[in-house]
Amino acid sequence: MKEALLEIKDLCISIAGKEVISNFNLRIDRGQVMVLLGQNGSGKTSLIMAIMGFPSYQITRGDILFNGESILGFPIDQRAKLGIGALFQRPPTVRGVKLRQLINMTSRSRDFDLDKAAEELAMTDFLDRDLNLGFSGGEMKRSELLQLIAQEPQIVLLDEPESGVDLENVSSMGRIVNDFLKAKDRAALIITHTGYILDYVQADMGCVLSNMQLHCLKDPKKIIQDIRKYGYDKCLKCKG
Amino acid sequence: MSQMQRIKEELDQKAQSAYTKKATFGDDIDLESYHKTPGEAEYPKSLADLTPSQAEIVLSAGVDVKEKERWGTFLQMDHSVIHARSKKEGLEVMSTSEALKKYDWLWEYYWKAVAVDSDKYTAHAQLNPYHGYFIRALPGVKASFPIQACLFLKSGNLIQSVHNIIIAEEGSDLQIITGCATESFGSRGMHIGISEFFVKKNAKVTFTMVHNWHEDIVVRPRTGTIVEENGIFLSNYICLKRVKDIQMYPKAVLAGKNSLARYSSILYAHPGSRLDIGSRVNLQAENSRAEIIARAIAHNGTIIARGNLRGETAPIKAHLECRGLILGDKGNIYAIPELEGCCEGVDMSHEAAVGKIAKEEIEYLMARGLSAQEAQAAIVRGFLDVSIMGLPDVLKGQINKAIESCEKEAL
Repeated sequence: MKEALLEIKDLCISIAGKEVISNFNLRIDRGQVMVLLGQNGSGKTSLIMAIMGFPSYQITRGDILFNGESILGFPIDQRAKLGIGALFQRPPTVRGVKLRQLINMTSRSRDFDLDKAAEELAMTDFLDRDLNLGFSGGEMKRSELLQLIAQEPQIVLLDEPESGVDLENVSSMGRIVNDFLKAKDRAALIITHTGYILDYVQADMGCVLSNMQLHCLKDPKKIIQDIRKYGYDKCLKCKG
Repeated sequence: MSQMQRIKEELDQKAQSAYTKKATFGDDIDLESYHKTPGEAEYPKSLADLTPSQAEIVLSAGVDVKEKERWGTFLQMDHSVIHARSKKEGLEVMSTSEALKKYDWLWEYYWKAVAVDSDKYTAHAQLNPYHGYFIRALPGVKASFPIQACLFLKSGNLIQSVHNIIIAEEGSDLQIITGCATESFGSRGMHIGISEFFVKKNAKVTFTMVHNWHEDIVVRPRTGTIVEENGIFLSNYICLKRVKDIQMYPKAVLAGKNSLARYSSILYAHPGSRLDIGSRVNLQAENSRAEIIARAIAHNGTIIARGNLRGETAPIKAHLECRGLILGDKGNIYAIPELEGCCEGVDMSHEAAVGKIAKEEIEYLMARGLSAQEAQAAIVRGFLDVSIMGLPDVLKGQINKAIESCEKEAL
């Protein structure tokens, strides 16, 4: 059995006093790729933000372990340095901070070839632009992925990586994500609505977040098929 | 009485009438509380004579005593001209007092872009004239390197009052870096600087001013610019060091068709500093364009960022932009943008935004592994980005150093 990289135990998350995730349990092993599905507003993004340590997402109960150690008291940057990386769905615009500048500050590997990686992601023209300023949805996602690759995390939390990305770039993004994960046996938690990314990324397991809890641990492609056929309503009833 | 004497007497009379006239903006300064002359002070005899610490101070204001990549230098300490020399044919650098002796025609320019009776500070400068620089590019002369000028306040308790005249003759291209600095650490002082720019037909002036004062220095520059047909006036102002109180509101008049003025300012108000700084452009000719851009950080200090664009004819195009960042509990920024459209067909706009660094921006950068402090420093540095100004590389290095020290203070 592989060793657990990320373990979430009986986790309760509140935003401004309102509970959004309740008694949530999840384990992701080293090298494991987990897909998380769920309706809009089901708390998927909140889960990623809480794992990353954003203070607005308060942990009211439970624990998050990374490599067997609780990270609850750690600030965001320390979690990033430990090896947790996130691709955000809607990253903020940061005026004055250039994409290249940030990557140079945060890149963890001396061997990282920024220009080559940027070219692969069609982001060369964006390196000297302010972060996310005037970026389209797809450009934002590619910029996020570029930053993430430079960061070399052990686990990546991808929040709808393909949303807003055109079909042509979904395939290149998907392949780049897959190569990146496989290269160093990285783990991933991928939130997806469409499932397009799964055509390129080999996912081991899928699950559905509904009613604040996790259901239906099985082949993610099968889950997506079922959801397309029966909708999320069946998940609520089935609770498999 | 000669014509020049008559002009001077008339100016003196006007100045006398304004000797106690308060300025429209800024705290009223009691000029009598400062000395008009420095008493017995010793000054270097040449650029090479500057002490290492003096050379360092002027360098931090962008003025290199080795004159590397400079086509001329003017250095004045208190009321004494230390150096005034051009290294390039077709560019003139001398003190204004010398230029007025040399060129009778210069009296036609004297106080034409700034009114001598504007307020007590202009009046003081007329009645207590102590040089300042005269810089002129002859017709068609294009500068590859800037001329540098430094006005240095050495003695404590002194008012330094200078009158600068800059003329870019037809078709010329003039670059000027001017740094104002002080050595009078810990003692009070005042600087009054009158600057008049004349940008002739098809000429271009790029003027970059760096202010490096100290916390007990009061500064009242009074600046006016007249731009003729197809002329371009680019003015950059950088104030990142401590100062007690600066109030200035330079004005450009776009008098010729297709002329352009752009003011860019980067301001940092340290605790206790008060910067009341703006730019004004009167667009009087068809197809003239103006842009005013200000970046202001109030770190427990006060910034009043003014801007006034007046479209007097059409078509014209003008835009004003002010972005302010407040650091600390006691920082204040007042952004006062004004647009005056005086006829149909003007195209004028403004945008102003003042706030603190957004929490989500800091957290986002932290999620990439930067500490909260590193994230804030990166955002502050980005905010003070001088790349919009197109500065020479030599100056960028100095400004980056000043920005670094601001970052450290801000943390």
